[in-house]
Amino acid sequence: MKAWIAFWNILVKDMKTYYLKPPNISWGLMFPLAWTSMFFIRSGSGLDAIPTILPGVVAVSILFGTTSMLSVAVTFEKKQRSFERLLLAPIQLEMLMLAKTSGAILFGTANAFVPVIMAAFLFDLSGISWISWIVFISATFLIAVTSTFLGLFIAVAVKEVFEAQTFSNFFRFPMMFLCGLFFPIEKLPILIKPFSYILPLTYGVDILQGTLNGSQIMPLTLDFLMLGIFCFGLFYLSLRNIRIRWIA
Amino acid sequence: MKYQDELVIQVNDLTKRFDDVLAVDTVNFDVSRGEFFGFLGPNGAGKTTTINMLTGLARPDSGTILIGGIDCTKKPRTAQHLIGVVPDESNLYPELTGFENLSFCAALYGIGKCQREERSRHLLKTFDLVKAADRKFGGYSKGMKRKLTIAAGIIHEPEILFLDEPTTGIDVASARQLRQLIADLHGNGTTIFLTTHYIEEAERLCDRIAFIVSGHIVAIDSVTNLIQPVQAKHVVLFSFANTVGDYAALLNETYPGLDFTLPGPGKMRVESDESIRVGPLVRYLEDLGLEVQEARRVQPSLEDIFVRITGIEAESMRKETEKAGGRK
Repeated sequence: MKAWIAFWNILVKDMKTYYLKPPNISWGLMFPLAWTSMFFIRSGSGLDAIPTILPGVVAVSILFGTTSMLSVAVTFEKKQRSFERLLLAPIQLEMLMLAKTSGAILFGTANAFVPVIMAAFLFDLSGISWISWIVFISATFLIAVTSTFLGLFIAVAVKEVFEAQTFSNFFRFPMMFLCGLFFPIEKLPILIKPFSYILPLTYGVDILQGTLNGSQIMPLTLDFLMLGIFCFGLFYLSLRNIRIRWIA
Repeated sequence: MKYQDELVIQVNDLTKRFDDVLAVDTVNFDVSRGEFFGFLGPNGAGKTTTINMLTGLARPDSGTILIGGIDCTKKPRTAQHLIGVVPDESNLYPELTGFENLSFCAALYGIGKCQREERSRHLLKTFDLVKAADRKFGGYSKGMKRKLTIAAGIIHEPEILFLDEPTTGIDVASARQLRQLIADLHGNGTTIFLTTHYIEEAERLCDRIAFIVSGHIVAIDSVTNLIQPVQAKHVVLFSFANTVGDYAALLNETYPGLDFTLPGPGKMRVESDESIRVGPLVRYLEDLGLEVQEARRVQPSLEDIFVRITGIEAESMRKETEKAGGRK
């Protein structure tokens, strides 16, 4: 019970301090809108292309919303030493880092629904079954968790806030092109294709494609399993690095 | 002051190395419940590394630490329930108000909403910060920041409080007020572990002191016992308008019963087991061409012992730390 008081207060503080600030909310709205517009203009394909474009826009919204915010917030607190307060509190490190990442997970998940709501005004999404929506929401949540833990992994690996930003891009931009967000994996050159399968977003986007336009290329269970493995793997690696680097 | 025999901090053979630097080398000490324990040393002596290991922010390479009987190296989270920490930097959240900071720190220890708000209000009153309660911490003065950081360190009413350089970087009035608050905390039964480079602060507050230099504890005892060897000494400090040449050898030869040292430019320190007759000495120094500005009898202090044991001038240690910490 006592640990949950700490968990809840860390989450609320982070939401107030970082995620619910006006610049972030506007970022959460503007970013998906800009991406959607860009692809419409580029493809010139009209409103019928929405189900094809939407999975990529949803994924990129989550990816940018979570990795940026979390890695910057944690690096900033580490730099100004307020993170020490958390490390000195009698909370298990696993619980502490889950509390610290929950804000980004919620922010990322909420970000995912901005393009969906926008699309609902432009295209009839009523043909998507409620089971598909449950799968879509589950996948969205898992993508947010994986991307957040990737942000945590980045935050633990760097010392400066600007390093967190640049190191985030090292992962994010390749993912945009290799994970099937806007370019189908099948059409990638044979030598590049293996890289797609070692990136977590590939599996998340595959689920989203399946639910919104039926163009899934891998079994649903494999996608969820791989996302789960990436979640645990990134979280485990981040905790290990915190123990080695920050409690040395 | 008499303390309970129960040892709340037990440190055995504590060692920590950073690459090639041996930061803490086989350190041993105990602290009793209710004791005010001082840890003194220059910058880089190993004070903060030791405090980090005691509080669970760093892992020792070898040795054991028991906090309230709990092995801190094996169960740091359990031990952290018993301790409060005030780091050498005021590291609260700049975007939260004073009240929100205290309330948040209390929540980290699992304290319920009503209780943490009540404690926050009480501490803001105790630390004379009521008017600043709703202002953001980032806008506080250095002294106010230190006060709120100490308040945050005791919000969960810890049995043991670790204070790392609590008065560094703040003005004299705030430092004085903080010392009083710390003394009051000790008076209420809190065990205090203080690291500082202000020897007079340690002398005034602590019951027992350890001197640490280059990762080694070179002396550890009660303040009374540490001062005893110099208490019977007679000391006179001279200040000169001109630079003092290398007269120490000549003076020591002329006055065999006196010990002359030159602690700084334009300064001379004379020490003796017997009473020092200042008048003839002033005349002799003036005959040597020295312009005596002041001759002052001083009471030997812990600083003299520190210099004697460590060979480090307290003044240079203070200046070095102030340069790093920005003390006015």
